Amino acid sequence: MSTDHLTRADYEAIERELDALREEIVADRGDRDAAYIHRVIRWQRGLEIGGRALLMASSLPPAWLAGTATLSVAKILENMEIGHNVMHGQWDWMRDPKIHSTTWEWDNVSPAEQWKHSHNFVHHTYTNVIGKDNDVGYGILRVSPEQPWHWAYLPQPLVNAVLAMFFEYGVALHDLEIDKIREGTNDPEETRAKLREIGRKIRRQWGKDYLAFPLLSGPQFVSTLAANFTANAVRNVWAHTIIFCGHFPGDVEVFEEERLEGETKGEWYVRQLLGSANISGGRLFHLMTGNLSHQIEHHLFPDLPSNRYAEIAPRVRALCEKYDLPYHSGSLSQQVTSTWKKIFRYALPGPRRSAPSPSSTPSVPEPAAA
Amino acid sequence: MTTPTSLAPPSGAGTRVRRMLAAARWLTTPLLPEDYLALVNPLWSADDPRGRVEAVRHEAPGAATVEIRPGPDWRGHRPGQWVKIGVDVGGVRHWRTFSLSSPPRRDGLITITVKATPDGVVSRHLVRDVLPGTIVRLSAAEGDFTLPERVPERLLFLTAGSGITPVMAMLRDGVDGDVVHVHSARTPRDVIFGTELRELPVTLHERHTAASGRFKLAELDELCPDWRERDTWACGPSEMLDDIEAHWRDAGASDRLRVERFKPPVLAAGGEGGRVRFTASGVETDADGATPLLTAGEDAGALLPSGCRMGICYSCVGRLASGRVRDLRTGEVHGEEGHLIQTCVSAAAGPVEIDL
Repeated sequence: MSTDHLTRADYEAIERELDALREEIVADRGDRDAAYIHRVIRWQRGLEIGGRALLMASSLPPAWLAGTATLSVAKILENMEIGHNVMHGQWDWMRDPKIHSTTWEWDNVSPAEQWKHSHNFVHHTYTNVIGKDNDVGYGILRVSPEQPWHWAYLPQPLVNAVLAMFFEYGVALHDLEIDKIREGTNDPEETRAKLREIGRKIRRQWGKDYLAFPLLSGPQFVSTLAANFTANAVRNVWAHTIIFCGHFPGDVEVFEEERLEGETKGEWYVRQLLGSANISGGRLFHLMTGNLSHQIEHHLFPDLPSNRYAEIAPRVRALCEKYDLPYHSGSLSQQVTSTWKKIFRYALPGPRRSAPSPSSTPSVPEPAAA
Repeated sequence: MTTPTSLAPPSGAGTRVRRMLAAARWLTTPLLPEDYLALVNPLWSADDPRGRVEAVRHEAPGAATVEIRPGPDWRGHRPGQWVKIGVDVGGVRHWRTFSLSSPPRRDGLITITVKATPDGVVSRHLVRDVLPGTIVRLSAAEGDFTLPERVPERLLFLTAGSGITPVMAMLRDGVDGDVVHVHSARTPRDVIFGTELRELPVTLHERHTAASGRFKLAELDELCPDWRERDTWACGPSEMLDDIEAHWRDAGASDRLRVERFKPPVLAAGGEGGRVRFTASGVETDADGATPLLTAGEDAGALLPSGCRMGICYSCVGRLASGRVRDLRTGEVHGEEGHLIQTCVSAAAGPVEIDL
């Protein structure tokens, strides 16, 4: 573990420093931030209208290409910089019911309500704890030697490629907790209700992308449908790529369930730091990743407005240096390569796990998070 | 109702437009057609009715009139009614109630007249900072502080300070007959709408409290001897209205009196802990200032939504119906009616009601 050197006082200091950083940003939120999200939403809707309009001439190859590309960008912005972040409550402080975690529904087949449970609560609370965080391999992939091997993991490179293409369906099914269904420990009534909800969402999404807009383009039905399918697939592959780079590349650490016992807020912060990885890039790149390229900052402060992550990143990095903690970051190609290497490597059994690390964190009797 | 823009799709165009919009929802799901139409004209929203600030006029020291063009779904108002207006200040939506100071106008505009109070986030913003073109949220007009269909022969208006605003809407609408109006303000300069008021065909008694002290109801006998027989409308500070109500009751004339109270947003003092009521379940409990509302509610047997219990996942948010809460992470005391708060990191700061 990369935290053996931390003392109890270090954890307390880290907690204080990060809490203070959060408070500083919270106190400074205002017009500038509100203007930012309003601008992104206006651009996204404008791009979407532009893309759909171009596709009214989808039988012409240049219009098809331009329309599909524009619509793909719009869908990426909608899901990542807007939907994901709004549903995290990053913009709830504006008290605008139109841009609020309790009312937002996003443009993909996953119902917001279920996603908020599996992502905001389960994943962000239990980040990278094996057996608790279903995002570790999403219940179908082996991304860490700590997950026991099973022959079903053998075809996982192929499974992952298909998952990338249809990622939104994977996300939609995520909250069903496939593991529990496999073990038969789920509540069948609840599973059925969730499936019905997913079905309803799929009907509306398909109705829009694969029926209404193709019909509207008249004789170009098939080329418009193909364009919409492509835009969804492009968004799916991009989201999958960015999200997989958030927790799987390189030396990102996973944790045992025991670590959660009596975990203090300081220890929680450190777990988020060790369990997340950033992707370096320019401003446009960060925007297109929904600022998930600042995965570390996002995991420390999931509800701070995304436009602030780039601002605080140097200070989080400085804190990591001060306490001699790793700050995982790399270029997109590095992180993608590293993630795919793991997907291939852990399809096969082994490697043998190093001796289980003794719980290196001091046990503190009560949780700090009140 | 007058509809200023003929382009406005949701208004009056009948069932065909409505049916088209319902069909258009298949194109805009999960959003609404109006979320896209707002790119063209932000006033085209039925779901989230809005208005645009057209002009801000200085009225008196610290007071200004804001002219607002409501969206096409505006259903009109009667003089004396009020609206709730949602204004974004520092990126944050604040809702306040204002009496309309205009009667229904041919140009379709409505006006509110605002007096800036020292800690009034919204009133100060509206008087000093708001720019023409700003979009505000607008509720439908409400309230029964209005003149009846058949306006009585003899009227009495008793107003003070910004309490003049709803009465001004009535006066501007044209009140015939025998009208007595007693209005109090600190100095002649402080009289909102002073010049206009003095020209109206109304028996106006201005009282300038800085020079002559507060108006005493006993003086009414002299200024308006038949006040008991007059239909009376009164609007002003709470204490004044309490006195008026008592005075009319004592005279057995309560049924002739109508009052309008401006209720400032109730900010309970930031106490430590308090009685917590969960309105959905009816569960009530006493919570101290260090216990999250979520924990207090669960301990008392309320079934509440919850998640991370550390303020990151927003599974536990509930609507604050009354009272204020303390953010246990920062110590900040905050909250107004209608705010959504995270119950897992908020403790009661005084009595609290939550719609959960």
